[in-house]
Formats: sequence, C-alpha cells, structure tokens
Amino acid sequence: MTPRLPAHVKETEHSVLENQTQTDPPPVAAPAPAKTYTVIPLRHPWRWITAALVLAVLGFVGKAFLAADIDYAVVLKYLTSAGILAGVRNTLVLLLASMGVGLVLGVLTAVMCQSPNPVLRWVGGGYVWLFRGTPLLVQLLIWFNLSIIFENFSIPGLFSIPMNTLMTPFVAALLGLGINEGAYISEIVRGGILSVDHGQREAASAIGMSRAKTMRRIVLPQAMRVIVPPLGNEFIACLKFTSLAYTISYSELLHSANKIYTANFKVIELLFTAALWYIALTTVFSLFQQLLEDRLSRGVPGARTGFLDRLRRNLSLRRAS
Amino acid sequence: MNTDVIVRAEQVTKSFGDLQVLKGIDLEVSRGQVLCIIGPSGSGKSTFLRCINHLEKIDGGRLIVNGSLVGYREVGEKLYELPDRAVCSERANIGMVFQHFNLFAHKTALENVIEGPIQVKGTNKKKAIAQGLSLLERVGLAHRAHAYPRAMSGGQQQRVAIARALAMEPKLMLFDEPTSALDPELVGEVLDVMRDLARSGMTMVVVTHEMGFAREVADGIVFMDEGRVLESGSPTQLLGSPREERTKAFLGAVL
Ligand SMILES: Nc1ncnc2c1ncn2[C@@H]1O[C@H](COP(=O)(O)OP(=O)(O)OP(=O)(O)O)[C@@H](O)[C@H]1O
Ligand SMILES: [Mg+2]
Repeated sequence: MTPRLPAHVKETEHSVLENQTQTDPPPVAAPAPAKTYTVIPLRHPWRWITAALVLAVLGFVGKAFLAADIDYAVVLKYLTSAGILAGVRNTLVLLLASMGVGLVLGVLTAVMCQSPNPVLRWVGGGYVWLFRGTPLLVQLLIWFNLSIIFENFSIPGLFSIPMNTLMTPFVAALLGLGINEGAYISEIVRGGILSVDHGQREAASAIGMSRAKTMRRIVLPQAMRVIVPPLGNEFIACLKFTSLAYTISYSELLHSANKIYTANFKVIELLFTAALWYIALTTVFSLFQQLLEDRLSRGVPGARTGFLDRLRRNLSLRRAS
Repeated sequence: MNTDVIVRAEQVTKSFGDLQVLKGIDLEVSRGQVLCIIGPSGSGKSTFLRCINHLEKIDGGRLIVNGSLVGYREVGEKLYELPDRAVCSERANIGMVFQHFNLFAHKTALENVIEGPIQVKGTNKKKAIAQGLSLLERVGLAHRAHAYPRAMSGGQQQRVAIARALAMEPKLMLFDEPTSALDPELVGEVLDVMRDLARSGMTMVVVTHEMGFAREVADGIVFMDEGRVLESGSPTQLLGSPREERTKAFLGAVL
C-alpha cells in the first residue's frame, strides 16, 4: 500500500492539471509546467574540521595513555580485591548515613526557615549560610581536629568522653558530610515548600488544621515532586564528596586505593580502579533516579528528562569544594 | 447578647501597610440568614470574609462570630490574643469556599472531604468515610469520590470543596466568589448546591457577582465600596431601588 501511494497521488495531480487545461481557458496564465528542483543542502565544512580536530586530540591522548606505563590488568584485578570492596562498602555506608543526617537536618531547617519565630528563622538561615559558605574539606578537617580544642565531650552531670575517642574518622566524616548536606538539602526542601500553591495552606487552615499538621499532611507531600529530582542529584554529589574523607583517613574507596598503592606503587592503576567504581556507582544511581522521577512525574506533562541528560548533569561538578 | 446573631461586625478596620482596606465595617448576620456581599473589585470583600475566620487579623473594631470575639478572649477591659490551637478550633466551626477551589491536589475527592473530620475533629475513619460519601452524594458527586482534583471540571471541584467545608459541620459558611473562576455553563451546578444549602437553614455569607442568585436566595445584601458598607438592605430594595449613586452605577455595570 505505502509504495503505491505516491504513484496514486501523482496520478490525481495529473488529472487535476489536465482537467484544468481542458476546461475553458483559465482567466489567468496557464500554470507553468512543474519544475523539478535539485535540493542542495547547506554544507558545514567547519563541522567536519572541528570533528576531525577533536578526534585527533582524543586519539592522541588515547594513544599516549595506551603507550604509557600503565598496567591495565592491575586496574581490573584490583576492581574486586578485598581491600577495594571494603572501601566501596564504607563509602556506601558513609553516603547513606550522611544523607540520612542531611535529610533530617535539611527538612528541619527548611521548616524552621518558614517559622513565624524570627530566632528560628535566623538560626536556620545562619546554618545554611555558614555551611554552604565554607569548603567541605575545611569543615571535615575542623571536625576531625576538634579534639585539639575540646579535650572531652561532656554534658555536665550526665557523661563525659574524651573527644579523641568520640571523633573517629567515621564520626568526623559523618558530621562533616551530613551537616554540609543538610544545608544544601534545606534549600532544596525550601524550594519545594515554596512551590506549593499558597491556597493549599489556606484551605487547610480554613478547616482548622494546625500549622504543623498542614506542613506534614498537605504541603510536604505535594512538595515531593519538586524535591526529589534535585535530591537525587545531591545524593550523587554526596557520593563523590565521600572521597574527601580520605584526608581524615576514613577507609572509604579512595583511602583503600591509597593504602594499596602506597604498598605496591601502582598509583595510577589503583586510582583508575577507584575511578571505575565511582563512575559505575554514579551511573547506577542515575538510573534509579530516572526511574523514581518517571514515577513521580506520571501525568505531569513536559517533566521528563532523558537519562543521558541526567547523567551529564550528575557527573558535572556541582560546587567547588 | 442575642445568641441568634452569628456574625456581628462593629467598626472593623484592617490595613495592609499604609493601605487601609477596611475602613469601619458594621454588619450583622443572624442564624439561618444568607447575606450576600457585592461591590467593585478591591473594595475589601475578600479581606472582610477572611477576617471572619481569622485568616487575616483585624486592626480595630470588634468582630464577633458564633458568640465570641474572633482571635481574642475578652476579660474585663483586656483582649487576650488566642493561641493558635484555639484559633484552629474556632475555624473548624466556620466553613470556607474559595474562588479557586483549593482542593488538596494530592488527595481524591473523598480524601479531601474526610481530611478535616479525621485530622481535626478526630472522627474515626469508617464514620468519616460514610459521612464523606453521603456529603458527596448531596453535592451530586458520589460517582467521582475517587477522582483527583486534576481530573475534575471546575464545577465539580467547587462542589467537592463545598462538601469538604460541610464535613466539618460548620455553623457558618463563607463563600468568596465561588463561581467566578468557572466556565458559564458550570456556574449553575454550584449555585444549585448553594441554594439547597441555604434552604436547609445554613447561615451563609456569600461574596458574589451573581445578582440572580443574590436576588433569589439572599435575605440581605450589602454593597461594599472602598472598605465601607455603602448601602445594605433586602434584595428587592437594594437591587430594585438603590439609594446611592455608586450602587446604581455598579449595578448598572453588572446587571
Ligand atoms: N495580603 C495582602 N497584602 C497587601 N494588600 C492586600 C492583601 N490582600 C488584599 N490586599 C489589597 O486590599 C484591597 C482589597 O482586596 P480584596 O481582595 O479584599 O478586594 P475584593 O473586594 O475581594 O476584590 P475582588 O473583587 O477583586 O476580589 C486590594 O487593593 C488589594 O490589593
Ligand atoms: Mg475578592
């Protein structure tokens, strides 16, 4: 059917034309015989030239890496070694724990920033300002070195423990990452809360709902659709920031790689191994994020982004640290 | 005090910054009465309605609803501002219907209706659902109980909003231009529900531009202009032979 269609169309066109010429002389000049045009597309020589240049540079870099003294077998071998796997596990533990802390702090702070109590608003604002305004690395180092200025962590009359015992690398990393995430997440949640139409809150007040209940039952559930996508980005950003805990010797992925290469001197190989793990994890999380967002945006038109777009966004640097 | 007076406003004033929106409102609504408020845009109709259930705080005068001062407790010469909890429980006795419906977007029609009884009044769920379904039936929407607001027409949404307000068994219903956001062919279904409600003896304060409805249903009409009640009276008197020039001009423009 399809291949015959053009012929058919042409036929009718023809007959129409013939009909026109056969009937009485047309009032205007007879239509000119149909001309056939050859379409010459615009050429884009520069595209070819840039493409060739970029490929040449890539080839050059690739060749250099292949020729370099890198033992790719080592990269792959360590991918599943016990030390690296333990590092991956610790990275994930730190990631989940800090995101947990961050979520709780973030939601609390966002709600505080909406409070009619000016002191709470100030404290919320100050927290966000302080922790977003200082590099995460500096925060981590401060937490870790807190024992220099506070010998003991104590609540008078209740308990007291030496700061050195309390502030293990894990605790310092958890506090550093979690509190820092909290500041970013609170901004995300705040945006979500503001995105909910004011009329929703008014309607809740009008049926006598308290402020807290309105927030919990009406505003936050509706804010979720706006909150989840950037929260996914935050999760992935946080995954990468866990590598900073290396500096305070928490044995996460990078630290594990470091331990191995200081012993066998395969520096680049092990850094590549770690990099492979990081990119595998970010890719998997991006996939999950995609699935979650697709679920949330069901029935909301124009809310979809492709997986590759999301991946690109996630892999790019979110903030200087 | 006469317990049959549901709303009494005495010289109520309200400003937003430098802009005085209400410049001394006096009016009274008795039990079972329907009062329609008409007037040009910006005259303060919505603001006054919102003061009645304390969505806005008044600056001066006295506003008494259901026998108590809105938002304050009067002890001797002093007015004590009520805590949030008390304000909430006062509001629970007043139903409000908004121009833009404001149904909870993440809840179905039925969930919208039972939210107040369950969360505010502590009704048990089974009873709230039974009551909710019968309210939805009353507004002609039993078959839409499980539809989300997004999937309903404006008229249907507004009827659900009325059912949601009624679920709190209010002593007073406030309507702020309930049909202004509706397509003309949907206005009738909402007005029908309101007419029924009025017949059932509900006390209502209705801000509206539907003069036909006001003429037929209202016991009294007030004309507001620039933050004042310029003229008030029975529908026949106010709509038929208005005294003030401003009222005549306004009615000439809308009728
Ligand atoms: N929250 C607010 N902050 C500042 N000004 C406000 C606020 N709410 C209302 N106003 C102003 O108060 C005046 C009266 O508003 P109101 O909404 O009560 O008028 P209205 O009579 O209901 O008009 P409409 O018919 O347009 O709804 C308007 O000038 C408006 O701009
Ligand atoms: Mg209004």
